[in-house]
Amino acid sequence: MSLLWRKSVNIVMLSLTGLCALVAVSVLFFILGYLVYHGGRDVNWDFFTKLPKPVGETGGGMANAIVGSGKLLFLAALFGIPVGLLGGVYLAEFGGHAVPFVVRYTADLLNGVPSIVIGIFAYALVVMPVHHFSTLAGGFALGVMMIPIVLRSTEEFLHAVPRSMREGAMALGASKWRTISSVVLPAASRGIMTAALLALARVAGETAPLLFTAFGNRFWSPGWNQPIASLPVMIYTYAVGPYEDWHQQAWAAGLVLLGLVLVTNIVVRTLLSRGASPQRS
Amino acid sequence: MAQTSAKHAYNRPESSENSVVGSMETVLKPPTPSGSQTVLESPLRMQIRNVDFYYGKLHALHSISLQVTANRVTALIGPSGCGKSTLIRTFNRMHETVRGTRIVGEILLDGEDIFAQDVTSLRRRIGMVFQRPNPFPKSIFENVAYGLRINGLPAASHGHLSDAVEHSLRRAALWDEVKDQLHKSAYALSGGQQQRLCIARALAVDPEVLLLDEPCSALDPVNTAKIEELLFHLKQNCTLVIVTHNMQQAARVSDTTAFLLNGELIEFRPTPQLFTTPSDPRTEAYITGRFG
Amino acid sequence: MATAPSTAAAAGLPWGPRALIRRARSADEIARLVTLFFALVVVLIAVLLVYQLWTNSAQARHSFGLSFFWNTTWDPVAGQFGALTFVYGTLVTSALGLLIAVPIGLGAAIFLAELAPRRLSDNLTFLIDLLAAVPSVIYGLLGVFILVPLMRTEIQPALKRILGFTPLFQGPAYGIGLLTAGLVLAVMIVPFIISVSREVLLAVPGDQREAALALGATRWEATWRAVVPYARTGIMGSIFLALARALGETMAVTMVIGNNPRISASLFSPGYSIAAVLANEFSEATGNLYLSALVELGLVLFLLTFVLNGLARLLIVLTTGRGTAERT
Repeated sequence: MSLLWRKSVNIVMLSLTGLCALVAVSVLFFILGYLVYHGGRDVNWDFFTKLPKPVGETGGGMANAIVGSGKLLFLAALFGIPVGLLGGVYLAEFGGHAVPFVVRYTADLLNGVPSIVIGIFAYALVVMPVHHFSTLAGGFALGVMMIPIVLRSTEEFLHAVPRSMREGAMALGASKWRTISSVVLPAASRGIMTAALLALARVAGETAPLLFTAFGNRFWSPGWNQPIASLPVMIYTYAVGPYEDWHQQAWAAGLVLLGLVLVTNIVVRTLLSRGASPQRS
Repeated sequence: MAQTSAKHAYNRPESSENSVVGSMETVLKPPTPSGSQTVLESPLRMQIRNVDFYYGKLHALHSISLQVTANRVTALIGPSGCGKSTLIRTFNRMHETVRGTRIVGEILLDGEDIFAQDVTSLRRRIGMVFQRPNPFPKSIFENVAYGLRINGLPAASHGHLSDAVEHSLRRAALWDEVKDQLHKSAYALSGGQQQRLCIARALAVDPEVLLLDEPCSALDPVNTAKIEELLFHLKQNCTLVIVTHNMQQAARVSDTTAFLLNGELIEFRPTPQLFTTPSDPRTEAYITGRFG
Repeated sequence: MATAPSTAAAAGLPWGPRALIRRARSADEIARLVTLFFALVVVLIAVLLVYQLWTNSAQARHSFGLSFFWNTTWDPVAGQFGALTFVYGTLVTSALGLLIAVPIGLGAAIFLAELAPRRLSDNLTFLIDLLAAVPSVIYGLLGVFILVPLMRTEIQPALKRILGFTPLFQGPAYGIGLLTAGLVLAVMIVPFIISVSREVLLAVPGDQREAALALGATRWEATWRAVVPYARTGIMGSIFLALARALGETMAVTMVIGNNPRISASLFSPGYSIAAVLANEFSEATGNLYLSALVELGLVLFLLTFVLNGLARLLIVLTTGRGTAERT
């Protein structure tokens, strides 16, 4: 093959890869652009404060869905963070070989399970015994999804605390647990918190596991035992519904949801990368 | 600073009034007249008898026996990999934080077997300063107070804590430099200051023995000199064991020196004697720089 | 002070009672047991999940046996359930998604790992990681309102004109269907291919490329013939990972696939995927057999993704030497 040919191929292929990267990244801006364009004007005060109108009537808002998502996330955090955090502490600080391996393996397994299957699991465990949908069931499903993320991140951030810091504490006569609680965990806390936030942002957008656990509700949902509306499920319901007004609201809700998710991700990831390592000299 | 002339045989730096020492002298009591005592007449703080150490199958230390005299500085020297760090870390049982290590032999602190005691209270009595400064990500105050708080020592009750912290910082010759910024992060200090902070932190629990594992190797000559000055004063109230790869440092600061090679104790003698008239050819080869 | 008799100190008297030591030791034990408990909770949940899937699908498994997998009938009224249409839809849409996403993703990963200057690469990767965080339902939203009309009015007619001689591109252009679902999936899995492949490529030792360049290869040749082959196991891993995600993807797919349980050669036709039928019918399933059949579908999906994820992790560990395949 002639050199000229090889050089042309070189330039063409290299440009193509650049084009691929450009295309991939531009999708993000397309998504944002469309959401802002279609949903922007409907993100108003009503959206945040009003309940949905009866089916067929225009107007109303998604106040119950926003609060609902809040309640679901609260439950998810309540269930997912302690299990993930303390389990991660065990893996990083106490574990031998066998147990940590099994735990890590199952955490990765859980992480890869499609969210709809997690929904089936939560349905079987929480909905079937009592024969009704509930906020609890939805929160449980989301919590289960958070556990692997929090667990692996906790383990990673604890491992990243330098050995010298632990030895410093132990050389002063600190017991193992004292070292962990007063030196290691505080040192890793920022990373762990950011991981927990990222996990929350991830489950905040999940729809599938809620479809038959929290189900949905056109009104407020008092307590924890009734079906509850959530932002992602509302988006889905309205988007596939027949009413133009619903489609508008779906756009607006999509913008709000994506906005929250992206802002959390951006803030948290910048904090994570900006967080300079402690040893400044 | 009364000293016997024997100990002045090596180039000990003259401490000027302006040095770090100046601020310490106002606080410390003058040393008890120990000038006439030779090394052998002071009580033994620690005894190490026939210690063998294994990293898994690797036989790292071979039947080491030596004594650590109270209120003196004992130095462990030798080329990289000779086992001096391994050895010093057995003194406060820090080797137990690594899996697969095994130790055979006796180590006594004030006549008691250190392996028969609770390890956390042992480590309060034997403190350690590490090669790289490792302050906690807390304030300067909290770093020094840490040992006091976790050990439930009387000083940890509210009123006495700040006094105890100040006392330790003064002993470490750091007080004047940080007294106005006690609540700043320890990481705001320079490397030399951080190491002195680690020394203050270790001193706060009033250890009987302080182990220093190459404490100056990460520091520049100016900070190294400051810490060497410090050691000189500390030994009045404390027993010091220092690992160093810097022979001149050992000659400057220590009273007794142990030379290790390939996990064996080659020679263990008063510092002036070891450096002027080494009895083993290997010692002589090391201190004259033929290897290491 | 330090010169105090050591016996007093050893007895623990001036420094707090022996109880402090006892407390410290038992605090360590308690901490270990408590954290162990929570770690085991994770295992328990996974075990429970598999158990629930297995037992709740028992009725369907016993009623249909293996014929479940090649039966195309899905008739809740008559109590006849067969998974083939859903398996077909899942596989076709995922394969399409991969077909489109892998070249683009790999190309972008090559650009980011080999060609782009570090700052640019890091910034672009940051944006791509953000893409991975976009919820599925948002992709669905854009799929339904932007992509589907586009497909119906422009793309599908165009494809029909050019490639209409193959059975793949025949039939009416509804806009929804297998092709659209495949496209949406492609957009969704590209970020995963990019981020994992990029890491895998970055892990290739620099001297591989240098050896090729020193032999007179062009930049592209060095990359394509030396670096990428070296990393090919890891790249395979990223593809498996992406496939596993595609198989389980629910919302975006169900919003554009048409939700029609039929098998057809044409990519324009509506179809159904396992995840989509679960999303649509699970909450309304009446009768134990119906529910059990749906759970069996869920079990199938679980097993598929389990195997793929396991393979993917294995391949990625082999290349980068690290244990985690998923990035948080």
